[in-house]
Amino acid sequence: MDKLLQLLERNARYTNEELAVMLNTTASDIEKKIEAYETLGVIRGYRTILDHDKVEEDRVYALIELKVTPHRGTGFDDIARQIVSYPQVQNLYLMSGGYDLAVMITAHTFKDVALFVSQRLAQLDSVLSTATHFILTKYKDSGVSLMEEEVDERGNIGL
Amino acid sequence: MSDFDYSKVLAKKAVNLKPSGIRKFFDIAAEMDDVISLGVGEPDFKTPWVVRDRAIETLERGKTTYSANRGMMELREEIAKYLKRKIHVEYEASSEVLVTVGGSEAIDLMIRALVEPGDEVLIVEPCFVSYLPIVELCGGVPVRITTKVEDHFRLTAADLKAAITDKTKLLVFPFPNNPTGAIMKKEHLEEIAEVLRGTNVMVLSDEIYCELTYGSDHVSIASIAGMKERTVVVNGFSKAYSMTGWRLGYAAGPKQLLSVMTKIHQFAVMCAPTTSQYAAIEALRSCDSNIQEMREEYDMRRRYLVDGLNKLGLDCFEPEGAFYVFPSIKSTGMSSEDFCTGLLYSQKVAVVPGSAFGECGEGFVRISYSYSIEHISKALKKIEKYLKEIRQ
Repeated sequence: MDKLLQLLERNARYTNEELAVMLNTTASDIEKKIEAYETLGVIRGYRTILDHDKVEEDRVYALIELKVTPHRGTGFDDIARQIVSYPQVQNLYLMSGGYDLAVMITAHTFKDVALFVSQRLAQLDSVLSTATHFILTKYKDSGVSLMEEEVDERGNIGL
Repeated sequence: MSDFDYSKVLAKKAVNLKPSGIRKFFDIAAEMDDVISLGVGEPDFKTPWVVRDRAIETLERGKTTYSANRGMMELREEIAKYLKRKIHVEYEASSEVLVTVGGSEAIDLMIRALVEPGDEVLIVEPCFVSYLPIVELCGGVPVRITTKVEDHFRLTAADLKAAITDKTKLLVFPFPNNPTGAIMKKEHLEEIAEVLRGTNVMVLSDEIYCELTYGSDHVSIASIAGMKERTVVVNGFSKAYSMTGWRLGYAAGPKQLLSVMTKIHQFAVMCAPTTSQYAAIEALRSCDSNIQEMREEYDMRRRYLVDGLNKLGLDCFEPEGAFYVFPSIKSTGMSSEDFCTGLLYSQKVAVVPGSAFGECGEGFVRISYSYSIEHISKALKKIEKYLKEIRQ
């Protein structure tokens, strides 16, 4: 993968100037490249990784396993499109193994999740069954550890 | 309290050794809270997991005996293979490679095996702090050769030639250099070799940073014609594989010298730690890609730091090796030690005075980039504040 993308994935807030220095090129070159990636849809957006437990009162996360009947011709895409459109849905994956779709949602309360599953997902035509798992603690999210930062133990021991 | 007079028993040579300037400075830093350090001389990467895992496995299997004095044959063979592919010099694993307790022990052994009272040892400064005290302990006479920023901190043939006398026994040749980040390219090495050929001067080539060069591959002086027979290559696992605490290094050189070094090594430490030796075999066999990733990361940080310092008006020689930047602080009019002490007290940022690496390091500071970009960026902002303060 392009080093530029690796850096942006690590920290989207590096300025073009900083990126240019690190990658030994010019800021305008970086700007052009980023624009191109945005146009191509390689870069889909920029957002902040929050530790929500530290900023919000109520937030619950759940992973819902769905078994569904694929449609003739379009497979799982039609049902996926329907589910993607719900704002509660953070991630949606087609899985191999015991079930078909993994839906990850956030909501304010357990009740919200229950309602979403029973009144939205379960009622979709192709859905055969659901199994809801609540997330108890997030230790790592989007590649970022949410645990206490490790202390740099190197001290200044060397000569 | 006993009234035993220790000054009567301590060896004068040892008592008179000047303590390391780095230590003195960090003792102050250690007393303070929340210091942002750019001072350490060890990688921030962890030892690759496969290496740690291999060590754990050998511990579980109880492989905890002494090894051969020279180090496990399997490891020496891997080291010989590595040196062949890295510096293109062939060494006999059985007689020309010695596994040591860190590169530091290899340095100690070579100096002790060669230097007799009155022998002159050429030390290229600024440099790592341990060569000179060992020479002094052996009764040798350290002769400093100063490298200059206008020469990219390289040793020049003319300076070398001027320093050699009938008494010169050894040249300590530390490239890639700590603290300057200077490297010697093939054409520079050829000039140095030209001066050395026909003399009896041996070379201690400290190549511990050989995996960390940016823009060009490391070239060892041992690979230049006529140099292998007078050179001991010192290297180790600390910097290339982030294995500082494992204490494992090695020396490769002529077997006549290696066998004397081995004798001292055997009486002093018996052998290098066996667990570390097993780990090192794994490192040499399977960690080339880890080194590559690490080098790329260091390279980005290097550019970021050099650019940041230059923007702050601290003239910065562009280092091509190791993980240090050695900017001049002469524009502030302060001594390196005052600059560093001030920076520490005012902004709680720790960097090392250049004077710790030899008198010629005065006017410079050593800044390490074995830290994340975020950490470096935070420290740069504080250095900026400090500069505003002292320039007012």
